[in-house]
Amino acid sequence: MSMVPEVSPTTGDELIHNYTINFGPQHPAAHGVLRMVMELDGEIIERIDPHIGLLHRGTEKLIEHKTYLQALPYFDRLDYCSPLGMEYSYVLAIEKLLNLEVPIRGQYLRVLFAELTRICNHMLNLGSHVMDVGAMTPNLWLFEVREDCLNFFERAAGARMHMAWFRPGGVHQDVPLKLLTDIADWLDTRLPRLFEDAMSLVVDNRIFKQRNVDIAHVGKDDAIAWGFSGPMIRAAGIPWDIRKSQPYDVYDRMDFEIPVGTASDCYDRFMVRVEEVRQSARIMKQCLAEMPDGPVASTDRKVVPPGRAEMKASMEALIHHFKLYTEGFHVPAGEVYVATESPKGEFGVYLVSDGTNKPYRCKIRPTAFSHLQAMDFMSKGHMLPDATAILGAIDVVFGECDR
Amino acid sequence: MTAFFILHGMAPDWAWALATIIGILLIALPLMLGVAMIIYADRKIWAAMALRRGPNVVGPFGLLQSFADGLKVFLQETIIPSAANKGLFLIAPIVTFTVALMAWAVIPFNSGAILANINVGLLYILAISSLGVYGTVMGGWASNSKYPFFSAMRASAQMISYEVSIGFILICVVLWAGTFNLNGIVQAQKDHVWLINGFWANPLLFPIWVMFLISGMAETQRAPFDLTEAESELVAGYQTEYSSMAFALYWLGEYANVLLMCALNATLFFGGYLPPLDWAPLYYVPGVIWLLAKILFFFFVFSWVKATVPRYRYDQLMRLGWKVFLPLSLFFVFAVSGWLMLTRYGA
Repeated sequence: MSMVPEVSPTTGDELIHNYTINFGPQHPAAHGVLRMVMELDGEIIERIDPHIGLLHRGTEKLIEHKTYLQALPYFDRLDYCSPLGMEYSYVLAIEKLLNLEVPIRGQYLRVLFAELTRICNHMLNLGSHVMDVGAMTPNLWLFEVREDCLNFFERAAGARMHMAWFRPGGVHQDVPLKLLTDIADWLDTRLPRLFEDAMSLVVDNRIFKQRNVDIAHVGKDDAIAWGFSGPMIRAAGIPWDIRKSQPYDVYDRMDFEIPVGTASDCYDRFMVRVEEVRQSARIMKQCLAEMPDGPVASTDRKVVPPGRAEMKASMEALIHHFKLYTEGFHVPAGEVYVATESPKGEFGVYLVSDGTNKPYRCKIRPTAFSHLQAMDFMSKGHMLPDATAILGAIDVVFGECDR
Repeated sequence: MTAFFILHGMAPDWAWALATIIGILLIALPLMLGVAMIIYADRKIWAAMALRRGPNVVGPFGLLQSFADGLKVFLQETIIPSAANKGLFLIAPIVTFTVALMAWAVIPFNSGAILANINVGLLYILAISSLGVYGTVMGGWASNSKYPFFSAMRASAQMISYEVSIGFILICVVLWAGTFNLNGIVQAQKDHVWLINGFWANPLLFPIWVMFLISGMAETQRAPFDLTEAESELVAGYQTEYSSMAFALYWLGEYANVLLMCALNATLFFGGYLPPLDWAPLYYVPGVIWLLAKILFFFFVFSWVKATVPRYRYDQLMRLGWKVFLPLSLFFVFAVSGWLMLTRYGA
């Protein structure tokens, strides 16, 4: 019997295939319905192929069949973690087409609640990012803060998540004074206490740092080339913030800093968001201090419906109300692109009007899409557990990404 | 107990067998009950730290939650994936569970209250705790599914890296105690330093204990080393394909292992069934109570850590095991043996 040399699987004609796994769509860390086909060499990621579209609801097409006001609630349902941030771009786009002036109190209220939305969104993201790298508790501590935010939304708009509160011309209804004082109280007491408490568990934690520092480094040029925005681009050291560069509403009156990162890794992205929460609180305090009196929405009755009391006395108001809630308002023909700094980044709405009461086309520029397309580029060479950290740092919500 | 049965007219062989079986039941049944309650305690502690309430519906304060869960999984269908290796798939949880129970044979609950008072007790523990990983590896492999397979690979690597340093840590203890017998180790800790019963008060052995605590977490796959069932990476790891009783056996085995680690911490470094201080009135409290109190204390520490820290990555865990704990524990073996040579040589 002759000796048969033992054939090692790494030599000879045998072909070694990488290990391919499906990460999602039902994976606990997939942040909704992301499916990523991963090619792994051991645990090292060779390639990631994100498959999106599992939450595609045809929002853009649906909007074409609704009046401008009826289309508004769809925006709440895009990024359901920061609904007002989504509404903001849309109402600003309509106002730009209508050339409509918003009363100063309305602008302040919008900025106030947009920043509250930012805090609310970051609570969810920071918490789930920490959870993605394995710590459970900070997430639940941050949910305490988020719960407070949702209660404030409820008191302002009647709904906890899908507020539909920002309207073309201002906001839907005024807030009670008690709500404003409560928010001011909360900003001084509960928010710093709960938030800094939870952060003290995380930011200096060695394991958390080991899991995030130097993970998914993205250079400045790459960050621009891949179309990053929001905390993702600021972590790369580029102070790009639409609130500063193209201020809308009363952001130009606000005094706040843009936190930027230095290392452009997952840890920086996390820390940029942490600092943004503090800056948002700062903006909110200024809003509350400067909050003027006056109407909260434009008094142009061709766009903004009259109040209930007015309708009882004025025939014209009644007609306006009827027309606005049946036919809606007509928007002059034209096209506009308005982007705002949503908590997740640049959220843009490209609106084309043909002069009727319905948008001819509404293209939504989601934040997560451009970040997600860089998933492969960012994850290459990292390990499987890093993919969840990277995904957590992207802050992706599929309602918005898949539209 | 054997003597008692012989006295009542039994053949010595039969008496021994009966006494052993009763001894096993006396350990295993309270242990199972303890595991059920400790799962409840774990959930309660974790909930309290996370500003939640935890189980509070079944029974007073939710005390019966574990039993309700047990009944639920018992009545569930055992699903075996069609691609799985059926035999191994079913054996795996049994291995984990059995091995987790076996190690308890050599734990002394009181002076003399030990099921198997063997002279190599500690070696037996080492052997048994290394066997525990087979349940995970077999389960992960036999599931024939990708995530469990990752988990199995991680489990074996993790086990090897921490067994080595645990071995060196235990050698330090054995050197100081001069015996492998766990009862002997406990007795050696009596009045160790300033009336304190326990090796932990010894400056040379305290760092060893810290390493043992951390390695113990790695060994039992508790956070921050719960890589094998890291839900944000591997869904549920090796348990992904398991359901009903097979799943429950993993759970029971896992918690029995955690309890064992707590008991070992207590026995090897905190004086086991001895009171914390070598002070006569404290000896009126039965040793079992002291041991139980120490186990519960360590379990609280385990839960506390679990509630607080994020999870290590696989390569970081390896680095900690091989590049930090191994050299450190090796150094302490030299330090401890050197010290003992200096002080005890010729004595």
